[in-house]
Amino acid sequence: MLNYIWSAIVVASIICSVVCGNTQELSTAVIDSGAAAIELLITMAGVMCLWSGIMKIAEKSGFTALIAKVFSPLLRLLFPNLDPQGETFGSITMNISANLLGLGNTATPFGLKAMQGLNKLNGGSKTASDEMVIFVVMNTASLQLLPTMLGTLRQSYGSKAPFEIMTCVWISSACALAVALTLAIGLNKFKVGRK
Amino acid sequence: MPLFAAAIVCFGLIKRVPVFDCFIQGAREGAGVLFQIAPTIIGLVFAVSLLRSSGAVDAICKFVQPAADFLGFPKEVVPMAMLRPVSGSGSSALLISVYEQCGPDSFAGRVASVIAGSSETTFYAVAMYYGSIGIRNVRHTLVAAIAADLTAFAVSVIVVKNFL
Repeated sequence: MLNYIWSAIVVASIICSVVCGNTQELSTAVIDSGAAAIELLITMAGVMCLWSGIMKIAEKSGFTALIAKVFSPLLRLLFPNLDPQGETFGSITMNISANLLGLGNTATPFGLKAMQGLNKLNGGSKTASDEMVIFVVMNTASLQLLPTMLGTLRQSYGSKAPFEIMTCVWISSACALAVALTLAIGLNKFKVGRK
Repeated sequence: MPLFAAAIVCFGLIKRVPVFDCFIQGAREGAGVLFQIAPTIIGLVFAVSLLRSSGAVDAICKFVQPAADFLGFPKEVVPMAMLRPVSGSGSSALLISVYEQCGPDSFAGRVASVIAGSSETTFYAVAMYYGSIGIRNVRHTLVAAIAADLTAFAVSVIVVKNFL
C-alpha cells in the first residue's frame, strides 16, 4: 500500500515542481529533509526510551492487570456471550487495558490471542462473528489514557504544554468509540452480512 | 506527567519488582522500536518535504478546501487526516510536518495532535487481526471503524476550538 502512496508522492512532487517552477526549492528540500529526519529521531529517542521503560515497570508490577480488573465489568456488557473467567475474555481485557496505557507492543499479542479464541468459538468460520466485529472496532478506535508518544513529539517541537491536548484527545476518542460501538452493535442486531 | 511516572515506580517498588531492570528492558525495547521506524520516518519526511516544496500540497488543498472550510478544518492538517487510516508512520511524518510548518501550539498543530491521538491506522489493524485467523468476510467492521475515524476528525476540530 505504502509503496504506491510513496512513489506517487515523489513522482507527483517532481512533476508539480517543474510545472509550478519550484525546482530550486525542491532541490533544497531534498537535502534538508534527511538532516531534519535524523534530528527528529535523536530528539525523540530520549523521551521514547524513558516512557517505554516506565511502562515496562507498569506491566511487570501488575499495574496493567489492575487496570484490566477495573474495566472487566464494562467489557462483560459488550461480550455477554463470553465466559468472564475464560482465557479469551482475559486476553480481551488485557488487550484493551494495554491499549489504554499506550502499550501498543503489549496489546497486539493479546489481541491476536483473543482473535484466536473468538475464532474457536466461531467454529473457524470465514465470516466474522459479532464479538470479533466489536473487538476489532474497539481496537481501531484508539482509546488512550496517556498519549506519551504524542506528548513526546509535541515536546520535541517546542510545545509549551505538550500534554494540554489530553482532554481533547479523550473526548474525541470517546465520541469515536461511541459511534463505532453503536454501529457495530446496532448492525450486529440486524445480522448484517450474515447468511 | 512526572507524577504519573513516579506513581508507577512506587507501585513497582511496593510490588517488589526489580524496577530498574524493568526500566532498562523497556527502554531497550523503546530504542529498538525507534530504530525500526527510523528508515520509514526518513523516507516519509523526504517525500513530504518534496510534496510541500513542489507546491503540490497547495494544489491538493485547494481541491478539498470547500469541504474542509465547511467543517472549520485547518488546511495544513488535510494531508495527514487523509493518510491516517492507512499508515501510522506515514501520518506521524505528516504530523511532524504540521508541527514544523505551524508549530505544535497553533490551531492546526493542536487539531493534528488530537486527530493523531484519537484515531487509529484502521486498515492496518483490521487486516492484521482478521488476517491472523483467516477471516474473509469482515461484515460491517470497516463501516463502523471508518465512521469512528470520521467522527474523530470532526470532533477534534470542535473540541480544540472550544476547549483550548
